[in-house]
Amino acid sequence: MRPGNKQARTGTGAIARVVAGAAVALAVAVGAGSAGAVEPDEMLEDPALEERAREVSKDLRCVVCQNESIDESNADMARDMRLLVRDRLLEGDSNEEVKQYLVDRYGDYVLLRPPFKPTTYVLWFGPALILIGAVLAVVFSYRRKAAAPAAPPPLTDEEKAQLRTLLAERGEGAETTGKARADHTKPKARRGGRS
Amino acid sequence: MMRRIVYFLPLALVAVLLGFFIVGLQKDPRKLPSVLLDRPVPAFTLAGLPGREGALTGPDELKGQVTLLNFFGSWCVACLQEHAMLKRIRAEGLAPLHGIAFKDQPEDTLRWLGRHGDPYDRVGYDTTNRIAIEFGITGAPETFVIDADGVIQYKHIGPITAQVWAETLRPLIEDLSTP
Repeated sequence: MRPGNKQARTGTGAIARVVAGAAVALAVAVGAGSAGAVEPDEMLEDPALEERAREVSKDLRCVVCQNESIDESNADMARDMRLLVRDRLLEGDSNEEVKQYLVDRYGDYVLLRPPFKPTTYVLWFGPALILIGAVLAVVFSYRRKAAAPAAPPPLTDEEKAQLRTLLAERGEGAETTGKARADHTKPKARRGGRS
Repeated sequence: MMRRIVYFLPLALVAVLLGFFIVGLQKDPRKLPSVLLDRPVPAFTLAGLPGREGALTGPDELKGQVTLLNFFGSWCVACLQEHAMLKRIRAEGLAPLHGIAFKDQPEDTLRWLGRHGDPYDRVGYDTTNRIAIEFGITGAPETFVIDADGVIQYKHIGPITAQVWAETLRPLIEDLSTP
C-alpha cells in the first residue's frame, strides 16, 4: 500500500510539473504572438485600424523569409509590406482589398492560407479523398474476405498419396537439420545461465 | 490478376508522390513565377538620381521599344556580380537598359555607379521597398523584359549570367523586336 501511494504522489508531481511547464510555454508563445515584429513607430494611431492591420498582416507571407507572416518577420521587406498594408488601410481599402493588392503583385503565394478555387481543389479535397479511398479499400477487403469460400475443396486420393510421399521425403531432411540446430543452441543457453 | 494489381496500387501511389517530391524539392523556392507576366508595367512615379542625365520617372518611359528594366541597389552583392554583364549588354546596344535602385539612398547609388561604372540609360530610385513591392520583387537583382507596348514579357531572378543572356534574354529581345 505504501509504495503504491508514494508512486502515485510522484506521479501527480510529474504531471503538475508538466502542466506548469506547458503553461509557461503557452504564456511565452501567446506573449510573442501578440507582440509580433511590429515596431512602435509603425503602428497606426487608430487602435481599430491598427487591429485590422495586424489581422491582415497575419495572413500575408513575408516573401523573403517564406515561412513567416509579415506580422512575425523582422525582415526589411516584411516591415515595408506592413507599412504598405497600413497605408492602404488608411486610404480606405477593406481587408480583402489590401490582400488582393498584394496577390496582384506576388500571386496567391503571398497568402499564408491558400485560397479556395478550382486550381486548389486538389489541395483542399485531397486529404479527405485519400481518407475516403482508404476506408473504402478496408471495407471492400473485409467484405471480400467474408465472402470468400471457407475452405478449399478436399484433396483427391491421388493428391493425398502425392502429399504423403512428399512429406515423408521432407520429414527426413527436416529432422537432421533440426538436430544440428538444437546442438548449436545448447551451449549458448548454458553460458547464459551461469552468468 | 485484378487483385494483384490492386495490391500494387499503394506502391504506385507512393511512387507518384515521390515523383512530386523529387521534382518539387529540386526547385529553388526563391524563384517564384511572376504574376505580372503579360500585364502592363504597374503605375509608378520615381525621381531620377540628382545630377545624373536620364531619369526614369514613370511607366511611359518604358514604351515605344523593347526595354530591359533592372532592379538593383548599392547594398546588393549579387548586383555587383552581375555588373560586368550589364555593361556588356549596354555595349551590345540591343535594347535600352533602365535601372531602378531601391532601398537605397541616391548618394549611395551614385557613388556605387561612379565606382563600378554606369551601364544604365535611365535610372529611378526609391529609398524604400515600395517600388519593389509594386513590381512583385523579392530581392535584387531582378530584371524585366518589357515589350514596346509596355507589357511585361519576362522576369529574370538573380544575376544575369553570360549564359542567361545568350540563351534566354537576347533571343527573347530579338524575337520581340521583330514584329
